[in-house]
Amino acid sequence: MRPFAPSIERLQVSMARRRSSRPGEHRKRGDGRAAILFLLPDFVGFFVFTLLGVIGTLVISFTHWDLVRAPTWLGLENYRTLAGDPLFWQVVKNTASYTVAVVPISTALGLLVALGLNRRLPGTVVLRTAYFAPFITTLASAALMWQWIFDPNRGLIDSYLYMLGVSNPPAWLNSSVWAMPALIIFGVWRQIGFSMVLFLAGLQSVPRPLLEAATVDGANAWQRFRSVTFPMISPTTLFVVIISTIGSFQLFDQAFVLTSGRFGPDNATNTLVGYLYQKAFVDLNMGEASATAWALFIIIFAATIIQLVAQRRWVHYE
Amino acid sequence: MSSSGAVIHRTARGRRLRHVAVDAVVYVLLLIGLLSVILPFVYMVSSSLETAVQIGSLTPQFVPSPLTWTNYQQVARELPIARFYLNSAIVSIIITVAQLLTASMAAYAFARLRFRGRSTLFALYLGTLIIPSQVTLIPNYLIVRELHWHDTYAGLIAPFVVSVFSTFLLRQFFLTIPTDYEDAARIDGANHWQIYTRIILPLARPALATVVILTFLASWNNFLWPLVVIDSPSLKTVPLSVTAYQDQFAIAWGPLMAAATLSLLPVLIVYVLMQKYVVEGIALSGQGGR
Repeated sequence: MRPFAPSIERLQVSMARRRSSRPGEHRKRGDGRAAILFLLPDFVGFFVFTLLGVIGTLVISFTHWDLVRAPTWLGLENYRTLAGDPLFWQVVKNTASYTVAVVPISTALGLLVALGLNRRLPGTVVLRTAYFAPFITTLASAALMWQWIFDPNRGLIDSYLYMLGVSNPPAWLNSSVWAMPALIIFGVWRQIGFSMVLFLAGLQSVPRPLLEAATVDGANAWQRFRSVTFPMISPTTLFVVIISTIGSFQLFDQAFVLTSGRFGPDNATNTLVGYLYQKAFVDLNMGEASATAWALFIIIFAATIIQLVAQRRWVHYE
Repeated sequence: MSSSGAVIHRTARGRRLRHVAVDAVVYVLLLIGLLSVILPFVYMVSSSLETAVQIGSLTPQFVPSPLTWTNYQQVARELPIARFYLNSAIVSIIITVAQLLTASMAAYAFARLRFRGRSTLFALYLGTLIIPSQVTLIPNYLIVRELHWHDTYAGLIAPFVVSVFSTFLLRQFFLTIPTDYEDAARIDGANHWQIYTRIILPLARPALATVVILTFLASWNNFLWPLVVIDSPSLKTVPLSVTAYQDQFAIAWGPLMAAATLSLLPVLIVYVLMQKYVVEGIALSGQGGR
């Protein structure tokens, strides 16, 4: 019996040592094999649809390809064609004017609503829920609803304008002048809730004692907002502006649905993504469509960089 | 002494009165704003309950009398609404479940496993987030076509089985989970799969719920991708069905608003029931709904 005791002891010791040395062993060996297994499902999809997608768009943008004949190499020709296409510049202008209108208006209104709701009046949750509803509704369905509201004969807006005595109210989506304002109204309606929700979260970070101190020092409501609240929530504002800008440049669903796929009279509400869609899936011009995709990326990227550079002038970090 | 007390008292009361007045003004403004936000919904529903004659009347009616269900009957007769719902439900549920799995596994690897090149790989992976989804639209379509998944459920689902954003969101959350539990589990001989399923996932429930809400909303609302891959009317999803309604009814607003109501109402009901989670999920991530 005796000889076994030390061996059991030794076994226990060695087991204990092995256990205690495990984390160290891990650090040395790494978890390479486990990592491959854990990453595999994600990376198959990532590789096929994201990585190959990005590289694929780049390569296709240098070719002429109609999906019928084999692609032929064109070099930078597609980009030159784009730059020479007045319609391309029109959709850039349309998308940019939509963004320049919707982002500031919806950000400002969202902030105002958030400031109002932040007073914690009764019914705040109901109000917040209602204001946010447009943002979660299906874009395409909401656009169908607004198509009726913008109807120039019996739609809600023009009916009231008639009643108010406007004899010749805008034809909205049927007018090349008023189609874009209609799209902007829709965009603001939808986007207010998004900025409101982010501002409501941002306003939680404004310290009450600071506001109370400002009040004691005789600051009025506007001064308190200018000097305390606005600087404190400026990082939130930057985030809202950047995310809304990126989203606005990708405008498509509502532009498509509001004019039943026609993108307005005379392309008045055609957008960068609309142009891409038509090039690719109507004209079957994969090369120019891919070049458009890169143009879209470059424009969004540039807009984001500009905002990140400009933020130094107005965003306040603690 | 007493006079200064009275002054303080008076200003305090004045301030309180002014506060109440401001509250009242703010309230009125909020209600006006609210009205303009929800009026389109009200008008949609009331128009859907009107006959063509009522819709054609000069003054808009918000409470139509008499109510009529004919528009709904007509829509249901002419288009397979239930089928659109079924398609959207199948596609959104599969995408959500698949993404939850792929994203949480990859997030576990990025947050917890040590392997060579992890930070480089993660940077490359995350870097693709700056690329708008439309950039990959054409190659994705070509791949789906090559796989003969064009005009199938598989085609609707495939590109969304993986999401860099969901992975990123979960990884950030996993990093905040203390390692104590895992260290204890590892001493007891647990392997990575066990740590992932029995410790990390249960502790990450709030983050997983956020991913579920955002993913489900995004895939339910997706319009461009179904527009590109689906031709058969029977495979249309709810957002894409809007084009079918437009083709079918042109500018017959009664049936069109019935169709719009049918496609918006369930989303709104689910949203109202879960609004706390939806709002928090979107406030937390700054995403969703597109």
